[in-house]
Amino acid sequence: MSGKTKAKRPGPGMRRRNLRRNTLPALAQAGPVSVWMIVFVTLPTLFIIYISFMSRGVFGDVVYEFSLESYQTLLDATYFKVILKSLRVAVFTTMACLVIGYPFAYYIARKPREQASRLIMLIMIPFWTNSLMRLNSWLLLFQTSGPVNNFLQWAGLTDSPITFIYTDGLVALGMVTNMLPFAVLPLYSTIEKLEKSLLEASSDLGASPAKTFMRITLPLTFPGIFSAIILTFIPALGIYTVSDILGGGKVLYIGNIIKNQFGQIRNWPLGAALSVLLLAITALLIFIYTRFAKLEDMEVV
Amino acid sequence: MAEAIVTLTDVEKSFGSNLVVQKMNLDIEAGEFLTLLGPSGCGKTTTLRMIAGFEDTSAGSIKVQGEPVEDKEPYQRDVNTVFQNYSLFPHMNVYDNVAYGLTIKKVPKDEIKTRVGKMLELVQLTGYEKRKPDALSGGQKQRVAIARALINNPKVLLLDEPLGALDLKLRKQMQLELKRLQKRLGITFVYVTHDQEEALTMSDRIAVMNGGVIDQLGSPKEIYDHPKTRFVASFIGESNIFDGTVQAVDGTLLTVETPAGLMQTRGEGFAVGEAMHISIRPEHLLAEKQPVPGFDLAGRVKDFTYLGTAVKTAIDLKDGTEAKFSRIEQDAECAEGDTVYVHWKPEKSVAIKKTAG
Repeated sequence: MSGKTKAKRPGPGMRRRNLRRNTLPALAQAGPVSVWMIVFVTLPTLFIIYISFMSRGVFGDVVYEFSLESYQTLLDATYFKVILKSLRVAVFTTMACLVIGYPFAYYIARKPREQASRLIMLIMIPFWTNSLMRLNSWLLLFQTSGPVNNFLQWAGLTDSPITFIYTDGLVALGMVTNMLPFAVLPLYSTIEKLEKSLLEASSDLGASPAKTFMRITLPLTFPGIFSAIILTFIPALGIYTVSDILGGGKVLYIGNIIKNQFGQIRNWPLGAALSVLLLAITALLIFIYTRFAKLEDMEVV
Repeated sequence: MAEAIVTLTDVEKSFGSNLVVQKMNLDIEAGEFLTLLGPSGCGKTTTLRMIAGFEDTSAGSIKVQGEPVEDKEPYQRDVNTVFQNYSLFPHMNVYDNVAYGLTIKKVPKDEIKTRVGKMLELVQLTGYEKRKPDALSGGQKQRVAIARALINNPKVLLLDEPLGALDLKLRKQMQLELKRLQKRLGITFVYVTHDQEEALTMSDRIAVMNGGVIDQLGSPKEIYDHPKTRFVASFIGESNIFDGTVQAVDGTLLTVETPAGLMQTRGEGFAVGEAMHISIRPEHLLAEKQPVPGFDLAGRVKDFTYLGTAVKTAIDLKDGTEAKFSRIEQDAECAEGDTVYVHWKPEKSVAIKKTAG
């Protein structure tokens, strides 16, 4: 074995051998996971990035020639507008989920355990229902001759049916209801861990409930808030089923465009470039998140 | 009697159908160290939490400096609490924790700085300002909790088993420090504990609670030497308690018949045939080789336990009860298995009226 001759030699050879001795078992332990990650995450991602730099053939095929055309298209005003609009909707969805989810999570967390798990189930049941079914039931509810319009007309609040379906408003409603569990669950788990005696201590020291919330509750549940933001914002930015079904093809977000580029329009490089943009935004958010987490750790020491 | 700073009048508290505190009347004097002592579930913590405002009273009234506080929220009351588990704010360092009450009151920054500095000096934590609670030991956390409460100059400081989580040695040290602090500052301390030794060491007065009522209120010495109920006698310190009926009354000298045998005690207001209890501390027990007039308590020496400061002897009496007997030294004359005759000076024992409870 060559290892024997290397071992006699001092210096870099020795180091290399030690390195190999340590990394091999480590690799073996991480092996199955690494293989999984490489095959199903890294390679597809690299492929997407690769394709985004290729150009589109006449028949919608991918021509393997380097080109920046797709990225130039992204700077086009129409696409830029869609991207901005998608960001706006994602931000709105995230904010709405936080504003609705926080009080809700707080309410659940302050209930006895048994009641709390029942309330959590109430959130989870729609979450486990097929999302297409859920979205289509929104359509049924809000369609021109649907229960909501019928009720509004019966109550005399409107003379003619209101067009709810295929509007930005209904898409936003669908987004919020779709994402709410992702916000409530992490919020619930941090609020639940918050010790009641800390709130009592704050009150004891003269802080009104509002001050206690701002100075104790909010800072201590910040990790949950941040997880909720990440968990709602990222899917909200990329999801296309909601806008597809509730927007009826009239409401376009970045997710719909990516889907269309890979589907009907068959412009894979452009779809890939849009995906890379999404990836970049996500990565940036996660980077900020980990920096936050690290800062927290460092302050403790 | 000094001026009462906290007055509880007929205070009751029930959780559902469970009456935790019953018809409690208590005057807490300004500047005293009062301990609410009792086993868990006796209502002592609930009482404290009602004074702090964390629990509403079901009935009765609580006054602080003559002013009713039942309708005030905790943040509107001039009392501060030291919690059992410290409850320091984990996201703030020591300085911010101690400064919290002043920051809320919008005290000027410079003043906060000097007052926090003084407070940390008082609890010997100068130099720890920047530490987070996670990086403190149990004793240090306790000091921060005390400083955080005291900085607000409360009229009354409520302490809910503050030393419960500390180890024995540290607890003893903190007991002395707390007592000194209280004397120096002259603030009224209301202290909750289930540790009778702690209560005896620190308190000016002790309220022994049992089943939601105060069984006895008095100085540590009164409570130790003259327990008024069987519960107080058994809960405070070690005691031999006999249940019996009065057989003869001769002035204050009572001869009492018990399952263990005949014994004597002193007490007033007892009638022949009355059921009563006798409590005698282990250190007041005597044992002879010969029967003693007035007593008929023969027993067999069971074993000796050497404790360093004392020798504890257990003696099996004829009805199977074990008499605890504590002496400075073990006398050579008696050995395990010997028959001895137990007695005591009647005035050293306490005659206790039988109560309904």
